[in-house]
Amino acid sequence: MTKVENNKAWWLVLPVFLIVAFSAIIPLMTVVNYSVQDIFDPYTRYFVGTEWFKQVMTDSRLHDALIRQFIYSFTILAIEIPLGIAVALMMPTKGRGASLALILVAIPLLIPWNVVGTIWQIFGRADIGLFGAMMAELGINYNYASEPMHAWLTVVLMDVWHWTPLVALLCYSGLRAIPEVYYQAARIDKASRWAVFRYIQLPKLTNVLIIGVLLRFMDSFMIYTEPFVLTGGGPGTSTTFLSQSLVQQAIGQFDLGPAAAFSLVYFLIILLVCWVFYTTIMNMQKDK
Amino acid sequence: MSNETTIAGRTNQNETIAEATYTQTAPQQPVFSQAERKAKYATWRGRIGLTVYLILLLMPIYWLINMSFKTNTEILSGLSFFPQDFTLENYAKIFGDATWYMGYVNSMIYVSMNMVISLIVALPAAYAFSRYKFVGDKHMFFWLLSNRMAPPAVFLLPFFQLYSSVGLFDTHIAVALAHCLFNVPLAVWILEGFMSGVPREIDETAYIDGYSFPKFFVKIFIPLIRSGIGVTAFFCFMFSWVELLLARTLTSVDAKPIGAIMTRTVSASGMDWGLLAAAGVLTIIPGILVVYFVRNHVAKGFALGRV
Amino acid sequence: MAWMSWTLPTAAFFAGIALILVAMTTWQVISPSVERRGFLPLDTTRGDRLFIGLLTSAFIHLGFVALSDVSLYVATALCVVWMIILMRWG
Repeated sequence: MTKVENNKAWWLVLPVFLIVAFSAIIPLMTVVNYSVQDIFDPYTRYFVGTEWFKQVMTDSRLHDALIRQFIYSFTILAIEIPLGIAVALMMPTKGRGASLALILVAIPLLIPWNVVGTIWQIFGRADIGLFGAMMAELGINYNYASEPMHAWLTVVLMDVWHWTPLVALLCYSGLRAIPEVYYQAARIDKASRWAVFRYIQLPKLTNVLIIGVLLRFMDSFMIYTEPFVLTGGGPGTSTTFLSQSLVQQAIGQFDLGPAAAFSLVYFLIILLVCWVFYTTIMNMQKDK
Repeated sequence: MSNETTIAGRTNQNETIAEATYTQTAPQQPVFSQAERKAKYATWRGRIGLTVYLILLLMPIYWLINMSFKTNTEILSGLSFFPQDFTLENYAKIFGDATWYMGYVNSMIYVSMNMVISLIVALPAAYAFSRYKFVGDKHMFFWLLSNRMAPPAVFLLPFFQLYSSVGLFDTHIAVALAHCLFNVPLAVWILEGFMSGVPREIDETAYIDGYSFPKFFVKIFIPLIRSGIGVTAFFCFMFSWVELLLARTLTSVDAKPIGAIMTRTVSASGMDWGLLAAAGVLTIIPGILVVYFVRNHVAKGFALGRV
Repeated sequence: MAWMSWTLPTAAFFAGIALILVAMTTWQVISPSVERRGFLPLDTTRGDRLFIGLLTSAFIHLGFVALSDVSLYVATALCVVWMIILMRWG
């Protein structure tokens, strides 16, 4: 759509700007202030320059958390995107079944994140949970509270359970937007199921998939509540991701300076990734 | 599909004499029915696959519901698919104790506040983004988006101090405003998608007819994007309802969300699993009710109005 | 405001950012920037290049802090040069 040039439109955006700025810019400024000082209380503080940044950037615990975070984010993306597409392809498009499937698939998305943690905390336990009991039945001494690999499996499984529906619903709406004519043409050409997917459905899904990857990557990058409830970041630090290390440092140890420096580094990474995605999406829309 | 088949069939009957045409069209008949069979087979395979997926999806939730009707002794004594000793005691405990059920009320209050605030500020802004070019529009949009993507943990400490310093700590409005950080950008994003689907001729016609902007917006435009607004409200509800980190940090007693109250089930004598499960089940119900109302538009909403 | 723990350097930093934004907006209003393609593999406006420049500068500074003990003024000088190159030819 061609847009009209009009700077008065700023007045319409102003309320949004103010309300988001209040919660975004003031805290961001404060974080920057904290990150260069050693703070005991608001009146006893010392300027330390970039010392905290140095500490944070060379802290091996944070490196580990960052690496874990990337492994985690890429793992869940690698599972959730194909699975989500598959589920979307299987969902009925018409009738009562369509609404029902839609609602059922959406349910995990509407559960508070701490309850998601609770559900899997229960479900994964060998003594009271079905999944844990099944694993025990298979002869595996399943215990996500003491075995790092089991903890990882449970956390990944939880995320796949929780967020695949988002990818599925995105793809579902993308599929619904494909006109029936395309399929008819494919049938006349005797296209195989795979060809239909590869040349008709997948191209139409690119847009929604980018949004899906963006949302999933970003949200998994800030994951906090679910693993906090499920494993508490343990055993040891095996499931401690970035947000959790940050909260531990800021609230647990009340190290304001290092926590603030950490926040900024974290924020900059997010900003970079977000910008790459945003530019990609915008350029794709332009090409169309 | 059936159209094609009949055409092919008729050609077969009528042109049996013309050898060339015959050999060309004849193989089409079996190929089509084979394709049809294949398609039917694929549909069935899809149905079965979906059913398996849904069962796996619902199993953990079922397990939670199942557990909420059990007593703690039964939960700890072994696994069973149905409560042997059916009890409503866990629910009775929640509905009988103000410190418990007020958690739900608190959550509901700040979620509703957040929904209203987000929609009111996002509607005009989304209109501006979908209709006009202005200085810094793209950067503004990106900045909003980056706030949706930023981890709440980054802002946690200053948030606590910011809201304490303006005297809003432990109020519902504090949580509602804090959740605006990610919900307002999301609302703008979704609404902009829906609004871009409305042709701008409608705006122009209305202005020619002498409508002022506010009158046009409320009387004509908002009814046009009703479904978009419904879906946006749903998403604001969803993300505010599921968030706990900020809500927990900004409250202590008066506005404490249910998620924070649930940690009370941990005590010296061990976990109160039944009570925890019942509290969990009650947090799922509002979401299901809300998604039911927007079921027809929710798929488009998940694509942020951009399909 | 006491809780925000302002310091002179950070205040100067934010004032600088704010000034740049005001200047860029004024510039944009006086003579609107047209999207063009320089050595960056995408079409950019002035504002885009400014953002890219600021973000990369932040990472350059972080890199210097993490990997070396060189004075940060070196990094800052480098970033200024980088910003100029980017704004002019990016």
